[in-house]
Amino acid sequence: MSAADENTISKIIGKFETELLQDWLGALLTSSLRRYTESEREVTQQCENFLRGLRVATATGPAQDIESREWDEVRHLLAEISKTRVHQGFSSIDTANFVFSLKQPLFSKLRIELADRPQVLADETWAISTLLDKLGLFTIEVFQKSREHVILRQQQELLELSTPVVQLWKNVLALPLIGTLDSARTQVVMESLLQKIVETGASIAIIDITGVPTVDTLVAQHLLKTVAAARLMGADCIISGIRPQIAQTIVHLGVNLEDVITKATLADAFVIALKRTGSTISYPTTTN
Amino acid sequence: MDRIPILRIGRLLLVTIQVDMHDQLAMNLQDDLTSRIVKDGAKGVLIDISTLDIVDSFIGRMIGNTAAMARILDAQTVVVGMQPAVAITLVELGLRLDGVHTALNVERGMALFDQTLSL
Repeated sequence: MSAADENTISKIIGKFETELLQDWLGALLTSSLRRYTESEREVTQQCENFLRGLRVATATGPAQDIESREWDEVRHLLAEISKTRVHQGFSSIDTANFVFSLKQPLFSKLRIELADRPQVLADETWAISTLLDKLGLFTIEVFQKSREHVILRQQQELLELSTPVVQLWKNVLALPLIGTLDSARTQVVMESLLQKIVETGASIAIIDITGVPTVDTLVAQHLLKTVAAARLMGADCIISGIRPQIAQTIVHLGVNLEDVITKATLADAFVIALKRTGSTISYPTTTN
Repeated sequence: MDRIPILRIGRLLLVTIQVDMHDQLAMNLQDDLTSRIVKDGAKGVLIDISTLDIVDSFIGRMIGNTAAMARILDAQTVVVGMQPAVAITLVELGLRLDGVHTALNVERGMALFDQTLSL
């Protein structure tokens, strides 16, 4: 493609900037599946900036290589828009549409401008189409990456949130487990439990698995590892909150929990723990 | 040659490991400890590993073996003060030290001897 042709895009954008903007905005707002929560002015601002960036980039650089330095500004702009839309809860379709919906207004202007030169028109249409496709795909990629980032962060937060170790009594700790136990979580659970044992000098830890939806051989193995590690530190473990179905599964799977004290409820486990630590709780005698 | 001191308290032997354990040191300790149990007629051994922050499978097995040897010589072993990281490592290595008693610190270890092992 010759240099003169490349500039056609840029010239057309320059010539019809206001009209293009209006048509584009119209297409954008009607095609959107989701209502724009951001004000229309903001969208207009984004469109204006994008058009300007596109004009500058097509005027100076090779039109097809959006990785080049001339396109830095456009890419940066698109990345910014993509990231904000992730946080605003847009779908990927809507985000990509931001770029794709520019095609139609741009093509109609091209058709008017190049009506007398069908060959050039076809070439230009193809060039713009490819270019906008690339930009659209770039937008989706950024969108996807931002989403993955959010998911990763949430996973991390979940990992930290879901493993509290609480002190029930002097020398008695409780570890209410909620959610599935995988290797990564077991590691975190084990570390926080052992750390707490050192801090509080506890001699009994109650692991409550009421919130664990299923116990398979792997989860059981992880539980037993935690129990063994606590024992090495000099603390006994009681596993409580075993639901009837889970008891059945454990036996059917042939998991050996016989070396561990198990109780149906946390309350039962607490009673045993109190007895072991030599503490008692009694109801106050009524004095009336 | 480095040796780890073995202190006698009544019928107990107290071993505090305060240096990095290497394999030869561990073997020497095993020799010394078994001879001292016989010589002093000890009924209990307290091994304090609170300053040990790295273990490998050899040291882990050696602790287990020492406890087993002591038991044959009619002395109970209590390992005290294990660090969380060490405990996790041993479990991951598959060394659960099943015949060994454990306690959080030396004080608790002594209490364990007083109560359950009735010395």
